[in-house]
Amino acid sequence: MGSFIKYFIRFALFIGVQVFVLDKIHLHQMVTPYLYFLFILWLPFRMKRSWQLIVAFALGFALDSFRHQYGFHSAACVLIAYFRPFLINLFIPQEGADTNYEEPSIKSMGGMMPYLIFTGVLTFIHHAWLFLLEAWQFGNIWYFLIKTILSTAISLLLIIITELLIVRKQKFKTNTI
Amino acid sequence: MRNIFLFIRRYFNFLLFLLLQGFSIYFIVHYSRYHNALFSNSANQVTGKINDQVNRVEYYFRLKNTNNELVKADGILLNKLRSDFEIPDTASRTVIDSIQVDSLERYRRYLYLDAKVVYNSVSSQNNFIVLHRGANQQLKEGMGVIEPNTGVVGMITEVSNDYAVVMSLLHKNSLISGKLMHGGETGTISWDGKLPNLLSLTGIPKTAKVAKGDTIITSGYSTSYPKGMLIGVVEEVIPEKTSSNFLIKLRSSANFYNLQFVYIIDNKQTEAINNILDKAKKKNQ
Repeated sequence: MGSFIKYFIRFALFIGVQVFVLDKIHLHQMVTPYLYFLFILWLPFRMKRSWQLIVAFALGFALDSFRHQYGFHSAACVLIAYFRPFLINLFIPQEGADTNYEEPSIKSMGGMMPYLIFTGVLTFIHHAWLFLLEAWQFGNIWYFLIKTILSTAISLLLIIITELLIVRKQKFKTNTI
Repeated sequence: MRNIFLFIRRYFNFLLFLLLQGFSIYFIVHYSRYHNALFSNSANQVTGKINDQVNRVEYYFRLKNTNNELVKADGILLNKLRSDFEIPDTASRTVIDSIQVDSLERYRRYLYLDAKVVYNSVSSQNNFIVLHRGANQQLKEGMGVIEPNTGVVGMITEVSNDYAVVMSLLHKNSLISGKLMHGGETGTISWDGKLPNLLSLTGIPKTAKVAKGDTIITSGYSTSYPKGMLIGVVEEVIPEKTSSNFLIKLRSSANFYNLQFVYIIDNKQTEAINNILDKAKKKNQ
């Protein structure tokens, strides 16, 4: 129950920061700062995969309803929630780290580099799918590619800043299951 | 039968993934039909309330800009007062006609309703504005929205009880007709999804005289806007190679970055115009 409340508050905070802080920043038309999907990357290792998908859909839908255009962000969120377990299996360093720690972080992924690749790949997938769905209606491939790459860079920077600012308690559990 | 269940159980996650993706893409494709759905209305109420709370704080930071704009608009109105002008001909005098048929109230065509902006976006490909005024306060879908200095902002697309969603000019589906103030040629205003405040005007023939700095106004052909509302100022004129038209880039008069108050135009004759159009269409069929 305690962790449910923790994730609920986290959900509301991410949506709030995205809608009322990041969406108000107009850097350049090529760069949209996104951070809210970090919620999905931070979901616990041991959460059921079907629940991960549903929670991701809910997150995307919450942002969509603030933007009054339904479907775009929920599609992108569901996609990264689907790919996340495969990537965790790829990048998890030693046997059983996903049972020793609760959720992905720099510590539990075994260093800055694997964690950055993990977040980088998922961020890129999220942005590419989101902008592809949007660009479908405008149809300009170069615009789409440059926008995806620049926005991914900004999002990664935001993720690193968030990781440095917010200290998540990462308890090391015994490896006996 | 058993095999089907086994298949579903084995690929449950993948099927759920496909289902949720399908939902999302259905929402994107069927946006126009979907936005009339019932729960869009209630979602609208909830997000509207949250936006309203946040805007209360943000509002204070923009008071200065808002005030400047209102003072400017007030100045324009003051200059239109009759007492500002001298009438040289003393023989003529103004008489107020008291016959009912001529009374302004009865034949009013446009009514301007004010509203507070509680949410506004410019960074997305399809931008919306949320107003704290809804169906309970006389708003309907299809009404035009302008800012205090009569720059066109957009059109109302969704109305809930206390909030309304405006499709801003910065939206891929937004098409309004614009007109050169000098020549009078009309064309279509759209947005290419890139720079906010930079719109495009198409359908102006190459014979028209257009120069940088010309004003583009609304044509008055739609029921949403009266004639002569400001849309923008010509920034660049590009001759299209494949057609006999210009592609005109214009800077919008409304500043979409800091909208605080807007006016909604209630055209009292909308129903009458639509009725007569329907009648004409029926006759032609």
